[in-house]
Amino acid sequence: MRMWFVCRFCCPAAQSNSNPEWEAKVLEYFKGQLREKESHSWVPSLNDVPLHYLKPNSLVKFRCLVQDMFDPEFYMGVYETVDPSTKANVLRCGKYKDVTECGVDLNSRNTVTAERQTFYCVPIPGESPWAKEISFLSAARVVPSTSYVPSRQKRSYEEDDDDMDTQPQKQREPHTGGMGETPQIQPHGNGDSKRQETEAPSSQTTAPSDCSSHLDLNFPLPGERGPACLVKVYEGLDSFKLNDTLEIYGILSVNPVLTVLGEEKDPSLLLLNPTESMETPEEQRAHDPPASLVPRLHMLYARPLQHNNPLLPSAPTEDQSAFVSSFLVEMASVRAELLAYLTHVLLGDGLAAEYLLLHLISNVYTRRDVLPLGKFTLNLSGCPLNSYTERLYQIVQQLVPCSYRLSMSLHTMNSMRLVPKKDYVANRLVSGALQLARNTSLFLDETQLEQGQLDSSGVRNITALGNLISWQKVDYDFSYHQMEFPCNINVLVTSEGRSLLPSDCQVPLQPQVTPPNMEEYLTTIHMAQFTSQINKFRVYLSLARTLDYSISDEVTKAVEDDFVDMRKDDPQSVTAEDLHRMLVVARLLSLSLGQTTLSRDGWMRAKHIDMLRRSRTEQQKSLNGNEP
Amino acid sequence: MFFVTALDNNIYFLLLSIVDMSSPLMYGTPSSRVEGTPRSGVGGTPARQRPDLGSIRKAPQVDLHSDADGAVASEQALGQKLVIWGTDVNVGTCKEKFQRFLQRFIDPTSNEDENAGLDLNEPLYMQKLEEISVVGEPVLNVNCSHVQSFDADLYRQLISYPQEVIPTFDMAVNELFFERFPDSILEHQIQVRPYNALKTRNMRSLNPEDIDQMITISGMVIRTSQLIPEMQEAFFQCQVCAFSTCVEVDRGRIAEPAVCRNCNTTHSLALIHNRSAFSDKQMIKVQESPDDMPAGQTPHTTIVYAHNDLVDKVQPGDRINITGIYRAVPMRENPRQSNVKSVYKTHIDVIHFRKTDEKRLHGLDEDSDQKLFTEERVQILKELASKPDVYDRLSSALAPSIYEHEDIKKGILLQLFGGTRKDFSQTGRGNFRAEVNILLCGDPGTSKSQLLQYVFNLVPRGQYTSGKGSSAVGLTAYVMKDPETKQLVLQTGALVLSDNGICCIDEFDKMSDSTRSVLHEVMEQQTLSIAKAGIICQLNARTSVLAAANPVESQWNPKKTTIENIQLPHTLLSRFDLIFLMLDPQDEAYDRRLAHHLVALYYQSEEQIEEEFLDMAVLKDYIAYARTYINPRLNEEASQALIEAYVDMRKIGSGRGMVSAYPRQLESLIRLAEAHAKVRFSDKVETIDVEEAKRLHREALKQSATDPRTGFVDISIITTGMSATARKRKEEVAQALKKMIQSKGKTPAMKYQQLFDDLRGQSEAAITKDMFEEALRALADEDYLTVTGKTVRLL
Repeated sequence: MRMWFVCRFCCPAAQSNSNPEWEAKVLEYFKGQLREKESHSWVPSLNDVPLHYLKPNSLVKFRCLVQDMFDPEFYMGVYETVDPSTKANVLRCGKYKDVTECGVDLNSRNTVTAERQTFYCVPIPGESPWAKEISFLSAARVVPSTSYVPSRQKRSYEEDDDDMDTQPQKQREPHTGGMGETPQIQPHGNGDSKRQETEAPSSQTTAPSDCSSHLDLNFPLPGERGPACLVKVYEGLDSFKLNDTLEIYGILSVNPVLTVLGEEKDPSLLLLNPTESMETPEEQRAHDPPASLVPRLHMLYARPLQHNNPLLPSAPTEDQSAFVSSFLVEMASVRAELLAYLTHVLLGDGLAAEYLLLHLISNVYTRRDVLPLGKFTLNLSGCPLNSYTERLYQIVQQLVPCSYRLSMSLHTMNSMRLVPKKDYVANRLVSGALQLARNTSLFLDETQLEQGQLDSSGVRNITALGNLISWQKVDYDFSYHQMEFPCNINVLVTSEGRSLLPSDCQVPLQPQVTPPNMEEYLTTIHMAQFTSQINKFRVYLSLARTLDYSISDEVTKAVEDDFVDMRKDDPQSVTAEDLHRMLVVARLLSLSLGQTTLSRDGWMRAKHIDMLRRSRTEQQKSLNGNEP
Repeated sequence: MFFVTALDNNIYFLLLSIVDMSSPLMYGTPSSRVEGTPRSGVGGTPARQRPDLGSIRKAPQVDLHSDADGAVASEQALGQKLVIWGTDVNVGTCKEKFQRFLQRFIDPTSNEDENAGLDLNEPLYMQKLEEISVVGEPVLNVNCSHVQSFDADLYRQLISYPQEVIPTFDMAVNELFFERFPDSILEHQIQVRPYNALKTRNMRSLNPEDIDQMITISGMVIRTSQLIPEMQEAFFQCQVCAFSTCVEVDRGRIAEPAVCRNCNTTHSLALIHNRSAFSDKQMIKVQESPDDMPAGQTPHTTIVYAHNDLVDKVQPGDRINITGIYRAVPMRENPRQSNVKSVYKTHIDVIHFRKTDEKRLHGLDEDSDQKLFTEERVQILKELASKPDVYDRLSSALAPSIYEHEDIKKGILLQLFGGTRKDFSQTGRGNFRAEVNILLCGDPGTSKSQLLQYVFNLVPRGQYTSGKGSSAVGLTAYVMKDPETKQLVLQTGALVLSDNGICCIDEFDKMSDSTRSVLHEVMEQQTLSIAKAGIICQLNARTSVLAAANPVESQWNPKKTTIENIQLPHTLLSRFDLIFLMLDPQDEAYDRRLAHHLVALYYQSEEQIEEEFLDMAVLKDYIAYARTYINPRLNEEASQALIEAYVDMRKIGSGRGMVSAYPRQLESLIRLAEAHAKVRFSDKVETIDVEEAKRLHREALKQSATDPRTGFVDISIITTGMSATARKRKEEVAQALKKMIQSKGKTPAMKYQQLFDDLRGQSEAAITKDMFEEALRALADEDYLTVTGKTVRLL
């Protein structure tokens, strides 16, 4: 409430003041306000509230990924206007605004040119429906307590609800349940007039989403929805990187003038004004899309997100450490439950479930020169065919906040763009499916791959996937050269035999049960879990990943001895590679139990399960060897 | 007064031939031509507009005209105090200073290729003027750093007020030129093109303060537009009385005269296109070069406008240095709209282009002006170099995450430094290879790829390709038709791109034969010849090759030779200076150290690591510095040591009737010794360098050229593909076969299989089919028999 007032007040107030000190003060003020408990949840989010319900020039937040960074632009930081009737000169401020007031005196000596940069931001790609929904509901709980036009807010849920129709039925259920819980402040008395009022905008929203297909919003993943945003950044330009996930607080600008300027094309004027004719139509479309579709957001403050799990406190504050320590107590029990759940899902295979669990909490925690440490790509081989992998993905999706399933059929491999590419005509980075936020689960479904010819783009895509798995990097295509962007993506490969892609560890699935109806079996398992239970799993997976980890000197010594002994017995079968993997397994195993140091026990356990896994792969090999 | 030329794509451009246009203040303002400007001997040479300096005329400059008019008459008296409005530039003094600069500036240490052939002890720019009078190209390029060293104040003015100062320079040059060469005929007056302004180097550092200043940035051309005719002056004619008038274009706008001055008819004037004055213009998009960018961000682009003869000087893909004036233009104010977007459009008006990569095709060394080191940095590097253990330090700093393999790392380190480039073209041998090539072979999973990745990330011109994924075309160069211009463009591949760098080729063994064959030329001659689609050229590819190969049978077979293990042609193998085997040593102490290393890798914090090892950045700079500035030469002792080493190597084999060294090995030794001297920042190759080269070379040989049958090092394994013993065996089999055939008497034709079985039965040693075929081939070479299908005929 206070926030709204401040925001709408600050802009006009600032205009008549050219003193640069106020800029720092404004930022300071907003940061201070947002630090206050709960205050950030008062701010409506572009992710949740449809654009036409948000007031222009109000403070909003946006949870997003920096998809592209445009060139820096110069703008009139301070300019002078001349009132045509009184001839009075007034100094005005151009910061946090797209459009100037009328009557700008271009020759004024008081004009101050300043610099800002535009980022093209998209909602976090592959964000799981549950994550969207929970953050949406938590925002909804707060908003009605303010006086911010709750009736309109209310309607927007339903509309969002319609959007979600595309999701499978089961995901919708808890959602509607959640709806019931939200306080119904607005009595449905004079519904008719309101309906009329809201009908029009909702039809409007469908129209732009249709036209968004020909106005490519450049989402990394196909089938994504949500607003893309042009974020104007004023401070700390160097601190932002491509593919950062941010929560941006800023002033929304949807001035229709922006659109008009873009669309107006008078050929005679173009001839004489070469600066504008220089922009190709493609470039203009990419850089100045209609504001109704791609709103502008003038950034006041951005918070880098460590994760986008709405169930966890997002900022590393005292809040969070309290939360972590309270959860640590539960850790072991939640792990056991999750393991049991995954075992069921993996048809009773406990070892595979164990590895899947480790995979889900893996994370590239550092890089030694070119070597990423902590990655743990899992190849689950021997997966039953017929939509099992698809259901498995749906279950993974229910657990992690960000995921994407890439069905590796010949057609998709040959036709899909995985690696982002710079389009020099439109002067933007055309996104690809591998432009993902950190810790996204990438589910590669190799069971979909059939025999056939890979064309050159298919080979490039496979190479890109291989690079991603081995080095955790993606080489973006800049046409004249390639540029390497490090990434942190959890890759899970499901395949029939051994995957053609490299992996850190291969686990052949050994089903203990063969349910006659796979579909039904998995659905029953899933339905048996309470939402609260699932939520615990979600918190557990996100949290285990963030824990610190160390190895004491004593254990180091033990591990070294162990390695030497193993090599003594059989130098061929234990290599440096194996030690690498076992160290990662040991690390993940300890973290999964909430232990932040490696114990001897932990090491032995890691060795043990790795041995089990290896004997299983050996077995598989000899089996296959005998077959032909 | 105007010439009209119609180009086929309906673009008109006009050569302005306005006679009276030498006043600096009138540049680009034909409508305000004033009489009586000072000029001597400029005579009939027309001036040409300089759109690069901008036609944007600020209103206050009107004041200036009155100043200038008055100043012309009594310049001596008043001139000293008058400055151009808004600046501190006094035309008179500025002109004088610049003339003095032209007449006196000498740069004896100049090493720019543009100054080739000039006498460095004479005033540089006077010689250039002479060149202009001979060649007739009326452009004078002026290096700003020269101006700076001559007169810092003049330099400051040039940078801050290019729009005013450069015309003054033009005037000064023309006066000087026509005084000296009064009879010269030039197309138009000389234009001064300053370059190498030191103000800005990086596109990212451009900021609002640079607006309207002269800047130099580097970048890569990504797009060029078609030629745009830009109207400079609009020609209007009255429909009623045919009275004509010219209106200058101001900020992209023409103020159409509402009333005819002659007949006072309103709105009677019409624009006559083909009598208006146009100038050529081209939009070029430049992207910052990848080296200038902070990690994790996307490259910035800038729009650049080239004018007149600079149009079409650059192509997409060129790396260029641009000197120009940075402009910011407010977005067009629309009369129908009250408020406008508050954003400026920025661009650069080019004054001077300089391609930075064109030299690559001409074979000049470009490292010299590439990387500039600060004093402190050089100090740090020299300090490091003076340490006695610098060689070990650097090699352990190389890929710290990869354990041990000290000798391999040392070899790669020497490769990074490279030998000294020598030119023997006078004696007919051409360039001598200075690059060290290394092949790593060994079991899969011995972090070969990781080493390659590391090296690729370390060197500025590194290329990484995988043998599986690359074709001959991708490695060398190919000809491509540009979709926009339909022009044939030579696209260079990995080898050419890594000229002066390192080309890392993974999975070398998986490469197809045709692809590998292109490496033959590259690895010894360091050039690439291309004859494709009518383009015949030889490109430089002075690249070091670092290749990694896996054994054919997935596991290295210690009972076989290197060649047999990796199945690569020996012609190619002999071009590698060092061939290392990366094998698992299988020894307890090693295992323990390896385990310790790996565990440490996983739990040590970032800071601890940094304390232990040299920073990657320091290593980068160290290598770059040594490559640029250190060119060691052999001293007497070192040459003696090399001769001895070579003779020794030859001796080892001669005892057993084998040749154990060829001149190629001697060359390798020299390169390695030179590289080692570079590591020490030493200008002399001394005995210690030779010792290390010898040691390393021996180590590599020991690993790769040991004959598994005899246990001796045998260089012929690498040079001819088979060991001397194997060759001897082959000879024996052939002789036995010949004897057998002869013993059969006169049979003109024999069955192949029959012969094989006979030979097997006769010989006491086992004879494989391969050996038999080889023997047949050997006899065929002797013209003793021929093999056709399944029959063998005697000749």
